[in-house]
Amino acid sequence: MSPTKKKTFFSCLIIGVVFLYLIPYMWFGLASFKSQRTLTAIPPVIYTHQLTLHSYHVAFQQKDLLLYLKNSAIVAILATLGSIALGVLAAYPLARLKIRGKNLFLLLFLTVSMFPQMALVGPIWRIMRTLGWLNTYQGLIFPYITLTLPLAVWILVRFFEQLPQEIEEAALVDGCTPLKALWKVILPLAAPGVFTAAILIFIYAWNEFFFALLIMTYPARHTLPVGIALFPGEYTMPWGEIAAASVVATIPLICLVLFCERYIISGLTAGAVKG
Amino acid sequence: MGEGAVKRAAFPYLLLSPAFLFVVTLAFFPIAYSFWLSLHRIVFVLPHLGESFIGLENFARLLQDTRAWQALKFTLLFVGTTTLSELFLGLLLALALHQPIFGRGLIRAIILIPWAIPTVVSSQMWRFLFNDQYGFLNLLFFGNHPELYRAFLAEPISAMVAVMAVDIWKTTPFCALILLAGLQTIPQELYEAAKVDGAGRWRQFVHITLPMLRPTIVLALLFRTLDAFRVFDSIYVMTQGGPADATLVLQFYGYKKMFAEGLLGYGAAISVVIFLFSLVVSIFYLRLIFLKK
Repeated sequence: MSPTKKKTFFSCLIIGVVFLYLIPYMWFGLASFKSQRTLTAIPPVIYTHQLTLHSYHVAFQQKDLLLYLKNSAIVAILATLGSIALGVLAAYPLARLKIRGKNLFLLLFLTVSMFPQMALVGPIWRIMRTLGWLNTYQGLIFPYITLTLPLAVWILVRFFEQLPQEIEEAALVDGCTPLKALWKVILPLAAPGVFTAAILIFIYAWNEFFFALLIMTYPARHTLPVGIALFPGEYTMPWGEIAAASVVATIPLICLVLFCERYIISGLTAGAVKG
Repeated sequence: MGEGAVKRAAFPYLLLSPAFLFVVTLAFFPIAYSFWLSLHRIVFVLPHLGESFIGLENFARLLQDTRAWQALKFTLLFVGTTTLSELFLGLLLALALHQPIFGRGLIRAIILIPWAIPTVVSSQMWRFLFNDQYGFLNLLFFGNHPELYRAFLAEPISAMVAVMAVDIWKTTPFCALILLAGLQTIPQELYEAAKVDGAGRWRQFVHITLPMLRPTIVLALLFRTLDAFRVFDSIYVMTQGGPADATLVLQFYGYKKMFAEGLLGYGAAISVVIFLFSLVVSIFYLRLIFLKK
């Protein structure tokens, strides 16, 4: 293949791929603005000028979309903060202090990321029931912190290791305690790493379905994914409302991706490339 | 050793302990607990039966369970088909994105969106697109002939193809981005040297790109295989394992047994099987990675 031919081939491929993703999203996004009658027209109506916010109105006012949004935000934000806090405390000694069994600890955290959720969920459900934590925020936040800790530790250790050793030695000579050196010197310098880990953890917690489905069984406690999967319809599937809820759940993620693309990719590939 | 020295030696472990505590109580203990549960008969709605130890009886029953075998077969088909397709298509896409093309950053961000969108959302979206009466795909395939419209998710073969296709659709971009990052670490000089030696593009690809990309490919395969093994969300939303168990996967079957039928011990036995499969897969791939090094 000549260079120009190759370039044309790859450009066509990319344009094709972009359409392969855009068309389904647009079809579904548009569905959130169509009336139920247009939605269920046979054969389907591709476009209509009669767009309406009715589905959003119903989803927010009559159904529990606002509650789902609130639950998701609380769970995802607190899980992110918790996982980052514990992750920083654990990654600091692993990356920068003399510690025996360093590799063993790292391996221990990495092993967790390979555990299938199915093998965890029964016992975790029992633990949460014993504690009376089913249908509570902490009942979901604690498992999320545990399941995202491997990711947090892995990314943070890599970022902490890259900082030169002298920085914190200087701080220690100046009379800082190690904890103060971590807080005042290391953490600000490793801020991009903390940010990267935080975005990935937030996305995980925002999107998680399996644990949320089993721990948050009361409708008032559903997170967005559970709400969207179980959206109640009276006679027919309320496609307009499902689409509206999906748009609401997706917008924060699209913003994150567009503004933080660099961080996300560096986080996703932190293990894969140099690993 | 003075008191200060002891404190200093203990300090790193003190920092580690909260994370360690979480991981032990909510990950390692549950795994062990699952093994324990799998050796017991526990029926949720019959608490008076207690939790009697029955040895390997759950596993013996599992061997006789035709639905479990069907779930295992489809899970293996799902894992094999999706991971290999995602890797192949992802590599093609990564090569395309590696070219200097206009708006590469924006395209990379667009491609990241399918990864970021919740699986539940994209599964609902595809369920809507696959709809038998007003679905976009029926319009695309059969136009204005509603009498020809098909219920894709209600026929075994097309439902199987559909759930696998949706997984490939959603995850190929993720594979592409991982592989692209790997491509970008290959030193350009290698290609220059190969060109001087008169190696064509195909030979460059086979003798430079693929070997240099090998660790990245193996890691991407590891991630994807483990993830495909625990496929649940898309099956739950799109087919509930149907029609006639055609798209039943292990995790969904285990969930059904444990939470819908309340068979905690039997469900735990299924989860132990999933765990052991994951373990074997992990060890296999990790050996591949470390042997080469």
